[in-house]
Amino acid sequence: MTRRIVVLSAGLGSPSSSRLLADRLAAAASRALRAEGERVEVEVVELREHAVDLANQLVTGFPSTGLGETLDRVAAADAVVAVSPVFNASYSGLFKMFVDALPMGSLDGVPVLLGATGGSTRHSLVLEHALRPLFAYLRATTTSTGVFAATEDWASPGELDARIERAGQELARLVLGSGRARPASVGPYDVSAFSFARFDQQLSA
Amino acid sequence: MQFGIFTVGDVTTDPTTGRTPSEAERIKAMVTIAKKAEEVGLDVFATGEHHNRPFVPSSPTTMLGYVAAQTSRLLLSTSTTLITTNDPVKIAEDYAMLQHLADGRVDLMMGRGNTGPVYPWFGKDVRDGIALAVENYALLRRLWTEDVVDWTGEFRTPLQGFTSTPRPLDGVPPFVWHGSIRSPEIAEQAAYYGDGFFANHIFWPTDHFQRLIGFYRDRYEHHGHGTRDQAIVGLGGQAFIRSSSQDAVREFRPYFDNAPVYGHGPALEDYMRETPLSVGSPQQVIEKTLTFREHFGDYQRQLFLADHAGLPLKTVLEQLDILGEQVVPVLRRELDALRPAHVPDAPTHASLVLAARQADAAETQDGAAELSGLTSTGRAA
Repeated sequence: MTRRIVVLSAGLGSPSSSRLLADRLAAAASRALRAEGERVEVEVVELREHAVDLANQLVTGFPSTGLGETLDRVAAADAVVAVSPVFNASYSGLFKMFVDALPMGSLDGVPVLLGATGGSTRHSLVLEHALRPLFAYLRATTTSTGVFAATEDWASPGELDARIERAGQELARLVLGSGRARPASVGPYDVSAFSFARFDQQLSA
Repeated sequence: MQFGIFTVGDVTTDPTTGRTPSEAERIKAMVTIAKKAEEVGLDVFATGEHHNRPFVPSSPTTMLGYVAAQTSRLLLSTSTTLITTNDPVKIAEDYAMLQHLADGRVDLMMGRGNTGPVYPWFGKDVRDGIALAVENYALLRRLWTEDVVDWTGEFRTPLQGFTSTPRPLDGVPPFVWHGSIRSPEIAEQAAYYGDGFFANHIFWPTDHFQRLIGFYRDRYEHHGHGTRDQAIVGLGGQAFIRSSSQDAVREFRPYFDNAPVYGHGPALEDYMRETPLSVGSPQQVIEKTLTFREHFGDYQRQLFLADHAGLPLKTVLEQLDILGEQVVPVLRRELDALRPAHVPDAPTHASLVLAARQADAAETQDGAAELSGLTSTGRAA
């Protein structure tokens, strides 16, 4: 079957190191899935392309058509690779704005591989103190290994490659293991979901 | 088809002059606007209810009663009446009183109010919004339809042998719309009772409201009130009209850019593309409004937002002139021509009284038939 990986990159440069890391993480996960006989589709979302729409959504309360379609595709993904640059000791504002725009439940039970980039390895724990708690709140299933790439990692690709490979395999295992694990989401128009019984009782009272 | 205007009653600085109207000015302006609506041939004036600045209309029946005395044909409504934080007993009495004063020219639109801090000022909790709307409305209906009510619920003190006064005019409560922009539960409530559903779709894109209104229509049919295309739907609208679209855009842009709701966000052009806002010539506004029927089906009430974002009274009155003279007559003609015969108009006091009389007559006839059946059986025996 075809597994859909959506890659979120909050990098700002072109090319950005966040995008480079995101692409390599997605490639590693794809290789691992293909090795198990799966077909893989990868879609990359450059968050900077939605920067104005994200700001507008804060003001208007609804996403533009283009942003809305992207949010829908994230919610429908079999797995997500999410990479942010480190700004002032945390994920970037753009990254958080996108996460804030996701409708509640979008990432419920979704396998997620986290990545971050920064100038110095002194920021590497940002994965554990900022990104992982955020995605735990979203009830995503994150891989044990997150990948932080500092400037010096790009100069010694061997070690970085090993971490990327391990993380990609972990994501693939989560995807394969969670074939049916993702709870069927209840749509807002499912009348049975209104079933706090008082609604019915009072309506017919 | 009913056409009208709805106001939120905001006191907003005019961004082009820096001038802010006083509360007194704004309140009197709302009355002037309501009277103008009747003068230019519109059918409905609806006022919001707010208990927080920068809004002034905290006491809708005071304002609507005053407007009722100075108009003769205009239907007076709300947008919305806070079914969550108001005591349903007070709503029942206030609006029955207004019905009598206005000779039945009254209906209401129920809404929850989405301003969290307002709820505790009235002893309520915003997290109970849906539950409050459901319980309070169930009680409100009983107060209007039953002369003596015994009632116990979760959110207000119990009632024993209570009669809400005055009784509704001609024994018929005002027609009720339920307004919601995002809650299917409220669409279900409207459908359950066979009430109207008003979707103020002016701030959000079309596809969201197609799902919401489609759901209301499905559930209206499910609950046995008629076919889905007979459900009673109202829509918001927002227009700024000048004879040329360039003039309209040039004049409205500073108000749009600084508006409390969407200002400092998207560009006017993007917002026009994504939402029902139309800024342009009468013909452009007509064409955009006609798309509402294509998106949502035949509907019964169209309300336009005309006075907001600091627009001066003079400009608003000019807008109403254009709306009444050049836009609404065309919309009325076009939409009436397109509407199939089996799609009803929105209920009015007159139509509800007629329906009640017919129901009574049918019941009396049934009763008479039963009685005569018994008699003849008796004779045969």
